[in-house]
Amino acid sequence: MKQEIIIAGFGGQGVLSMGKILAYSGLMEGKEVSWMPSYGPEQRGGTANVTVILSDDPISSPILNSYDIAIVLNQPSMDKFASKVKPGGILIYDGYGIHGEVKRKDIHVYRVDAMDACAEMENDKAFNMLILGGLLKIVPMVKIENVLLGLKKSLPERHHKLIPMNEAAIKKGMEIIKEV
Amino acid sequence: MSEEIKLMKGNEAIAYAAIRYGTDGYFGYPITPQSEIMETLMAERPWDTIGMVVLQAESEVAAINMVYGGAGSGKRVMTSSSSPGISLKLEGISYIAGAELPCLIVNVMRGGPGLGTIQPSQADYFQTVKGGGHGDYRLITLAPHSVQEMADFVALGFDLAFKYSNPAIILADGIIGQMMEKVVLPPYRPRKTEAEIREESPWAAQGKPKDRKPNIITSLELDPEIMEQNNIRFQAKYQRIEEAEVRYEEFHCEDADYLLVAFGSSARICQKVVELAREEGLKVGLFRPITLWPFPKKAIADYADKVKGMLSVELNAGQMVEDVRLAVNGKVKVEHFGRLGGVVFTPDEILVALKEKIL
Repeated sequence: MKQEIIIAGFGGQGVLSMGKILAYSGLMEGKEVSWMPSYGPEQRGGTANVTVILSDDPISSPILNSYDIAIVLNQPSMDKFASKVKPGGILIYDGYGIHGEVKRKDIHVYRVDAMDACAEMENDKAFNMLILGGLLKIVPMVKIENVLLGLKKSLPERHHKLIPMNEAAIKKGMEIIKEV
Repeated sequence: MSEEIKLMKGNEAIAYAAIRYGTDGYFGYPITPQSEIMETLMAERPWDTIGMVVLQAESEVAAINMVYGGAGSGKRVMTSSSSPGISLKLEGISYIAGAELPCLIVNVMRGGPGLGTIQPSQADYFQTVKGGGHGDYRLITLAPHSVQEMADFVALGFDLAFKYSNPAIILADGIIGQMMEKVVLPPYRPRKTEAEIREESPWAAQGKPKDRKPNIITSLELDPEIMEQNNIRFQAKYQRIEEAEVRYEEFHCEDADYLLVAFGSSARICQKVVELAREEGLKVGLFRPITLWPFPKKAIADYADKVKGMLSVELNAGQMVEDVRLAVNGKVKVEHFGRLGGVVFTPDEILVALKEKIL
């Protein structure tokens, strides 16, 4: 099994940390993992993206041409990465930031209205975990208990009290994702 | 104790490995994309646990001269920076090489020239292996291609530096520095005691006891006859390093018709190119120099009789390709493919270049 994933959006949406939690979850399951961020100025408000690879075998390149799964959280990311999903692959987006339809017919497209759910839950910190929940509903590549272990590993101890909120957000994300 | 597998950035791995190696001192100045090295050291507070000094100097020039001083007293000392910062350190590096002192330098390369970009690059190959600073000196140059090698090369770099009394450098780039992978950190080793340092490095300036002459650490020698003898001694040492310390890795080379030659992050991307090419039925292999100096010229020369062409794949305008061509000496076609200034190639681009330039 190998999953090659790009997560892309605005800096501040939790793109890099979502990738990190996914990578840690893979580590908990004994998989090979790589996490390659775009780094630098984009962290200050521009676009941010991270390539995450989970694999049963050693990983060659951390830089990829195309992806099994693209998670796009704003229009610039949709414009850049929708064309780079492998045929038969998966595209997940948040309806709030995207206008227009996805034109590709050779991939599976899903929508998670995470921004709306955040507003409903009155919790803007849950955004990336809602998206992660949606992803894990469609492709259960790691077990939820390992995601929670991964969260424990990647969050500083003072934030461990937030883990139940994150778990609730993951479950909510699983409920609200729908195929387009 | 079982080995614990951790997930971390290459830069963090350097910091943790330095603490575990028993490094006496780190002197640095922040610059992207390697600032996590000093940040991690500061967060870990190794001065409280093993007595390791971690100091943010007022400049790169100050940091490398602190390394010069620490190395002169026989301590295991290191610095790290990224391309523009390494340019500033080159005067000090030349002095350290001229004074025949061991130390470890880390360069996490970014796009240049000048202040350039903060994105990954390999354009400091010439600077590192062809001098950079003034004079006939060499740096033992290790090129890691994984987070694991970032951790492992700290010990290897220090060990080689002390074996030959010569500075060693880890030449990484923004990809290897910033990416997270699994890593098994080396076991803890105690820092050397003062008595062990006196035993290991009798040349060290540690305060003169009554029963010996002063140890003088300098690269200055005003008598050219003596300076020539010093240089002849350096060259003999470099020759010994070239004979004994060449390291490289071969990936699907045994039946290869075409060879990619790449180091560091480029080699990782080229592994994927080998997989893609072989899916198309092209017998492509990857030759990865691990030591860039000493360069694995003999191993590459041997492939010149076996393959139909080589492509040197580098994040620069064509630097290592010159050493590949020297090794091959015209026997087979050698071309270069690169992206510049902080842009990173994808595996597809490299495969297209291989077909256009070599096949």
